[in-house]
Amino acid sequence: MAQVVMMNDTISSSVRRVDAVEKAGGYARYIADISFDQLYYGKLIRTAVARGYIESIDLPEMPSEYRFFSVDDIPPGGENRIEMIKSDWPVFTNHEVRYCGQTIGILVGPDRQTLCSLAEKISVSYREEVPAMSIEEGLSCLGGPIHGDDNLYADYRLEKGDADAAFRKADRIIEDVIETGFQEHVYLEPQGITAEFRGGKLIFHASCQCPYYIRKAVAPSSALDPDDIIVNQVTTGGAFGGKEHFPDIIASALGIAVLSLKKPVQVLFERREDMLWTPKRHPSQVFFRTALDQQGRILAMDIDARINAGAYESCSCIVLQRAIFSVNSVYDIPNVRIRGRAVATNTVPSDAFRGFGAPQGIFAAEMHMSHVARETGADASDFKRGYILSKGGKTVTNGTVHEEVKLESMWETVSRESGYYEKMRKYPKGSYRGIGTSWYLHGGGFTGSGEKEIINGRVQLRGYADGSAEILLSNVEMGQGTATTFRKIAGKVLGLPIEKVLFQNPSTARVPDSGPTVASRSIMVVGRLVERAAEELKQRWDRKSEEHAEAVYEHPPWVKWDQQTLQGDAYPSFSWGICVVELAVDPVTLEVETKGVWAVHEIGRAIDEAIVHGQVAGGIIQALGYGAMENLEVKDGRFFQHTLSDYIIPTSLDFPEVHSFLEENPYEYGPFGAKGLGELVFDGAAAAFADAVEHALDRRVSRIPVTPEYIMELITDE
Amino acid sequence: MNEIICRVNGRNTSFTVQGIKRLLDVLREDLGLTAAKEGCGEGECGACSVLMNGKLVNSCLVPAAAVHGADILTLEGLRETDRGRCIIEAFSDAGAVQCGFCTPGMVMAAEALLEENPEPSAEEIRLALSGNLCRCTGYDMLVKGVGLAAERGKGLW
Repeated sequence: MAQVVMMNDTISSSVRRVDAVEKAGGYARYIADISFDQLYYGKLIRTAVARGYIESIDLPEMPSEYRFFSVDDIPPGGENRIEMIKSDWPVFTNHEVRYCGQTIGILVGPDRQTLCSLAEKISVSYREEVPAMSIEEGLSCLGGPIHGDDNLYADYRLEKGDADAAFRKADRIIEDVIETGFQEHVYLEPQGITAEFRGGKLIFHASCQCPYYIRKAVAPSSALDPDDIIVNQVTTGGAFGGKEHFPDIIASALGIAVLSLKKPVQVLFERREDMLWTPKRHPSQVFFRTALDQQGRILAMDIDARINAGAYESCSCIVLQRAIFSVNSVYDIPNVRIRGRAVATNTVPSDAFRGFGAPQGIFAAEMHMSHVARETGADASDFKRGYILSKGGKTVTNGTVHEEVKLESMWETVSRESGYYEKMRKYPKGSYRGIGTSWYLHGGGFTGSGEKEIINGRVQLRGYADGSAEILLSNVEMGQGTATTFRKIAGKVLGLPIEKVLFQNPSTARVPDSGPTVASRSIMVVGRLVERAAEELKQRWDRKSEEHAEAVYEHPPWVKWDQQTLQGDAYPSFSWGICVVELAVDPVTLEVETKGVWAVHEIGRAIDEAIVHGQVAGGIIQALGYGAMENLEVKDGRFFQHTLSDYIIPTSLDFPEVHSFLEENPYEYGPFGAKGLGELVFDGAAAAFADAVEHALDRRVSRIPVTPEYIMELITDE
Repeated sequence: MNEIICRVNGRNTSFTVQGIKRLLDVLREDLGLTAAKEGCGEGECGACSVLMNGKLVNSCLVPAAAVHGADILTLEGLRETDRGRCIIEAFSDAGAVQCGFCTPGMVMAAEALLEENPEPSAEEIRLALSGNLCRCTGYDMLVKGVGLAAERGKGLW
C-alpha cells in the first residue's frame, strides 16, 4: 500500500496522449478508411411511416450481384430479435411498423450509386395508423397502446420519509413543470460497421463502445454461437452513448447479409441518415409539488417524472431509474414521493446519451430549486446550500452517502473564481445580465448491484519477455482518453514507462469481457481492475519471461441494494460538481452571449489532469448546446432537424473558455482514488445557463433549449 | 469522362471524372488519402478540410472537375513539412486531440490561419476554427494548440 500512496503523488500529472500524433497527423484509420478486398456496400431500407402495417413490398428487378435481405432471410434456427437489455426490438420489421425509420431490410451490392437508385425504386405500401409521438400522446394511448395496455415500459415509485404527513403541515405549495427535449449526439464520425465471414466466424469491425454487446445482440438472429462471432472495435470517432446500443441494430441486419453472401459488406451512414434514424436523448417532463412551511423551508416534494422512451424499450427503464434517482440532485429533502414512467411512443427509440437520464433529473431539480428560492425571496445558490447532502445523508432510494461531501469547499472555490456574489449584486434581477449556478452529482458505474450481477467485469494483464506488459479488456478508447489512462494506471503500479504498456483496440477474440464503455465506469470500475491486476502481476513477473494476471470485479462490501424495490445504495459512490454561468441577453435580438463559465468537480482523484480538463470543457460545452441551442422537434412522424445546418451545435465562437477546478477526495475503490468523470461534466451546465437566464429576465425558465424564441415567449407572457 | 490534371501535395496528379464526383471522393478513394474525413457531406463540419490554392475549402463541396489546374494540399502533404509537424506536435502537447475525427480538418484550418496571421490572438483562433465542428473538446484545448503552434513555430509562417 505504501508504494501505491507514493505513486499517487504523480498519477495526475499530464502526459501526452498516446493516440494524439496518429490522430492529429491523419494516420489513424477509422472504419471508412479501412479497405477490404471485394468490398460490398449495404444500405438499410427503412419504413416511411411512424405507425401501421406493411401491406406489400415491391422490389425492382435486381441486377446480378445485388441482393435484398429481409426477415425471410434469417437463417434456420435464427430469431428475428436483437438481444439487448430487452429483446423487443426486431432485426427487420415483419409486419408491424412502430416508428419511421425502422429497418425493413438491407440492400447489398458492389456499387453505392447503384444501391441508392435501387433503394429509390423499392416501393412499400402501408396501412397507416395514428402514431403517438409525444409523452402526452403516449400516456393517453393515442391510436391504441403500442406497448402492453398502458404504454408504460416502467412505472416506478419511490418514497423517502412521509410525504403525506409533511404535505398536511404545509403552509403553501409550489407547483412546477420542467421539460427537456431530444438531443442528437453528433459524434463527428457517423455510424459505420464492416462485416466479413472468415474461418467460419462472423467478424464485425465496428465503430462502437461495447464490442461484447454486439456479439450478444447478433447471436439470436444469426443462429451462431457467440464464440463464432468476433467483434473488433475500430478507432471510434466519438460516441457519447450513441454507439452503445445502435451498432447492435446495424450489425444484426448486416450479419444476415454477410452470412448469406460470405463477402465483406460495409454499412456507413451518411450524416443525414444518422441524424434522422438513430436514437436521441430521452425528452422529459417533470411535475413538482413542493410543500413549504411558514419560514419557507421545504417540507416535502411530490414528483412525477416522465420520459419519452420511443418505440422499443432498449435501455429506457435504466435511464428512467437514473433520472428519478437524480431528481433531487445533491439535496437532502426530508420527505419525497417520486413516480417515474418510461412512456412508449412512435418515435425512434430513445437511448443512451452521456448522463443517461441524470441530466434530465438534475435539470428539473435545479430549476425547481431555483424557482422555489425565488418564490421565497432567497438567493438561489444560498437557498440550495441549505439542503446539501452530507456524509451519512439519505438518498431518494433510502441509501446512504458514504463519502465526505465537499460541496461547501467547492462552492468557496467557484464562487470566488467567478465573482458570484459581487456579480449578483451588480446585476439586479431583470437587468438582462445574469449569473446562475447548478449543483450536481453522478453515481459512478452500473445502478445498484449491476456491476456484480450483470457485468462481473474481468481484466487481464500480460507481462512479456521483453519487459513490456499488455492490458486486455473490452472497454474502448472513443476520445475520452482511456487508451492513455489505462496505460498510466498499469504503468504506475508496475513501474513501467507508458511506452512499455500496450493497449490495442479490443477484439472479443482476445480480450475478456470487462463490460461496456458506459456509465462513467471505465476508470472507476475497470481502471480499478487494471490496478489490481497490475498489483498481482508485479508480485510474480520477473520482466524476463511471460506471466499473466487477472482481476475480477468485487463489490464494495457496504453497498446494499434491492433491485426489485429500487431501495438502498443505487451507486457505490458519487462524483460531484458545481457550474457557474454568466451571461447577457441582448434586449433587441434576445440572443444570449455567455460571458463566463466556471466549474469545479470532485472526481476522487484525476488520473490525468489534461484529459480531465478535456472532458470537463467538452462535456460542459455539449451541455450548453443542450441548454441553449440544440432544438430538435418531431414533425410528420420524424425528426424535423436532420442536418448540421438546421440542428445547431456549438462552434468555437459560441461559448468562452471553461475555467475548471478540481477538488480531491480519493475513493478507496477507485484506481489511485479516481471516481467517475465522463458524464458528471455533462449533468449541470444546462441548468446553470437556464438559471442565469432566469436571473437576467426575472422570469421562470422551465424548459430547454433556451432559444431567443423561447425568451421572446417568456418576456411577452407576463 | 474528363481528365483532370492538378497538383496534390506537390505531385502532378491526373484522374478521370465520371458523373458527379467530389474532391473528397477523389482524395479518399482514387488517391487513398484518407486523412480528410467525411463528417457531414454538406460543408458544415469541416472534417474534410484541405487547402486548394492556399485557401481552406471543404473538399466535400468541391466538384472534382473544379480542381483542374489547382494546387491541393492535404494533411498527408502538410505533415511532411516543418509547419505540419509543428502543428501536430502542438496539438498533441496541448491535449487538443480526443476522438480525432475532426482533428485533421482542424490542423488544416490552423495552417490556413497561421499562413495569414502568424501571431493570432485567442479570438482570432476561435474565428479561424469556427468552420470546423468538434463535439469532444469544447474547443478550449484546440485553441491552445493553435496558440502553442504559433508560439513554437516563429519563423515558420
